[in-house]
Amino acid sequence: MTSPRAPRAPRSWLPLGLLLPTVVALTVALGYPLTRQVGLSFQEFGLAQQFGRPPEWVGLENYRDLVTDRYLWLVIGRSLAFCLVNAAATMAIGTAVALLMRLMSTPVRLLVQSGLLLAWAMPVLASLTVWQWLFDSQYGVVNWLLVRFGADYEGHAWLLEPMSFFFVATVVVVWMSVPFVAFTVYAALTQVSADLVEAAQLDGAGAWQRFRVVYLPAARPVLLVVALLQVIWDLRVFTQIYVLQQAGGVTRDTNLLGTYIYRLGIGGGDFGAAAAVAIFMLALTVVLTAPYVRMMLSAEDES
Amino acid sequence: MSHPSTRRRLPKVAADLAGLVVFAVCAFPVYWMVNTSLLPRNEIRSADPTWHPFGGTLANYRRVFSGGAFFDALGTSLLVTLATVLIALTFAFLAALAVSRFRFRGRRSFIVTLLLVQMIPVEGLFISQYKMLETMELLNTAVGLTLVYVATVLPFTVWTLRGFVAGVPYELEEAAMVDGCSRFQAFLRVTFPLLSPGLVATGVFGFIQAWNEFTLAVVVMTREDKRTLPLWLSIFTDANRGTDWGAVMAGSTLIAIPVVLFFLAVQGRMVAGLTAGAVKG
Repeated sequence: MTSPRAPRAPRSWLPLGLLLPTVVALTVALGYPLTRQVGLSFQEFGLAQQFGRPPEWVGLENYRDLVTDRYLWLVIGRSLAFCLVNAAATMAIGTAVALLMRLMSTPVRLLVQSGLLLAWAMPVLASLTVWQWLFDSQYGVVNWLLVRFGADYEGHAWLLEPMSFFFVATVVVVWMSVPFVAFTVYAALTQVSADLVEAAQLDGAGAWQRFRVVYLPAARPVLLVVALLQVIWDLRVFTQIYVLQQAGGVTRDTNLLGTYIYRLGIGGGDFGAAAAVAIFMLALTVVLTAPYVRMMLSAEDES
Repeated sequence: MSHPSTRRRLPKVAADLAGLVVFAVCAFPVYWMVNTSLLPRNEIRSADPTWHPFGGTLANYRRVFSGGAFFDALGTSLLVTLATVLIALTFAFLAALAVSRFRFRGRRSFIVTLLLVQMIPVEGLFISQYKMLETMELLNTAVGLTLVYVATVLPFTVWTLRGFVAGVPYELEEAAMVDGCSRFQAFLRVTFPLLSPGLVATGVFGFIQAWNEFTLAVVVMTREDKRTLPLWLSIFTDANRGTDWGAVMAGSTLIAIPVVLFFLAVQGRMVAGLTAGAVKG
């Protein structure tokens, strides 16, 4: 990124001084809590400590408790499943919309793009409340429509059953995430040269073959990065689950990692155990993020 | 030769129809939010939905404004968001200058750290951030929330601004220096004006992030009178009370309007920054 003629720092304290505020802010608000969290995860830090008793060092006990806790594994499994289903659905729908946009007439494409932008721009909380209203048991449009089509959904409460709870959560998450994928993949597809597509067409390649042989290889790098980002984002989903839990009243059967940490620590006061789960979550994120960071850095070195 | 052209037209019609469905799915919830916010209670609570707001009412908005809780939350949200944007933008601007105008030891490790920090999930750290703010007696304060918000917005802000700074060729500054400007003057008169669109776009994006943020707000602002707007909105749909959907939709509309407008204004610029790495792949 740096212009090759940019000077080596004339006085080397200048760039470091410029970095100082950022480094200090990140150290105070992220670095310090991180080291403290590692400490917390090795401590007994429950309600008694909240009321002033000094925390007790218990070594790996929090971790041992967690590893042997079947509920944690349930939550982890649930989080991974939710993450994969949501990321896969978002990628599939987003890519399909991007391909469709290539085929549409221009006015319809502009309409679709404005719709996607609208959905993308909506604040999380506003989207959440609207979808709750659409899925409302008594006066929601979804139940009204389903009843119209003859399904037995009169007064169906979507948020009480774990499976239908996660269905609503998935609808909200996917609705909010598709625009980013659709726009990014569409941008990548427009880079594919028209000559290549025409050549494939002349060689008798059908729509599916053109997608597989021409478009897919060209869009591969973008698809990989976007898919990775979706997995990372969907693993840490908190807001949607938390708000729907508050609305539906069911928490134990619907907790994912984020809400579990929250309810364990800030809700239940067991900060030691919550910190241990959080460390686990961070480790999981590092594993998932490593390839993304590597890709970004190689792009950085190329330029 | 009519055969191939009909074959080509058919997918186009199908794609257009599918496009209309996509548009409907995207836009209907937003339309429904605004529509419901303008309907009187008896039409919201009726067996069949009312599809348009004509002959509607502003009563829902009046109910939102009447309690005072909305304005408390608006004040907190504005304070925290503006403080976050100002601080993050200033810090990030300085850091972006350092990274894109100088080569120095530690530059690469700073960039790597930035990328890593950007990917840290809030959920993985909010427990100890809560404990830290508790010790500092900053829970339920705008200062406390701003502190954690700045750290959340900062990595992305540095990353994007860096791109904007690098986009202004250093040669321009050199030319100004040849013409007799000092290094500082050259920067101020040549580079800074060219950077301002980038600064505005990045600031607006940070504003949207902080304005919409929910997770850290739940953790830090536990007291009712300290709620930000997203928190204020979330209490409406609590399981233990009957939901006043008219007011919820009015509140949602009010929160969404500035964000949607801002977002539409800057998204083109930001998407380029967001996916720059991806496209280069």
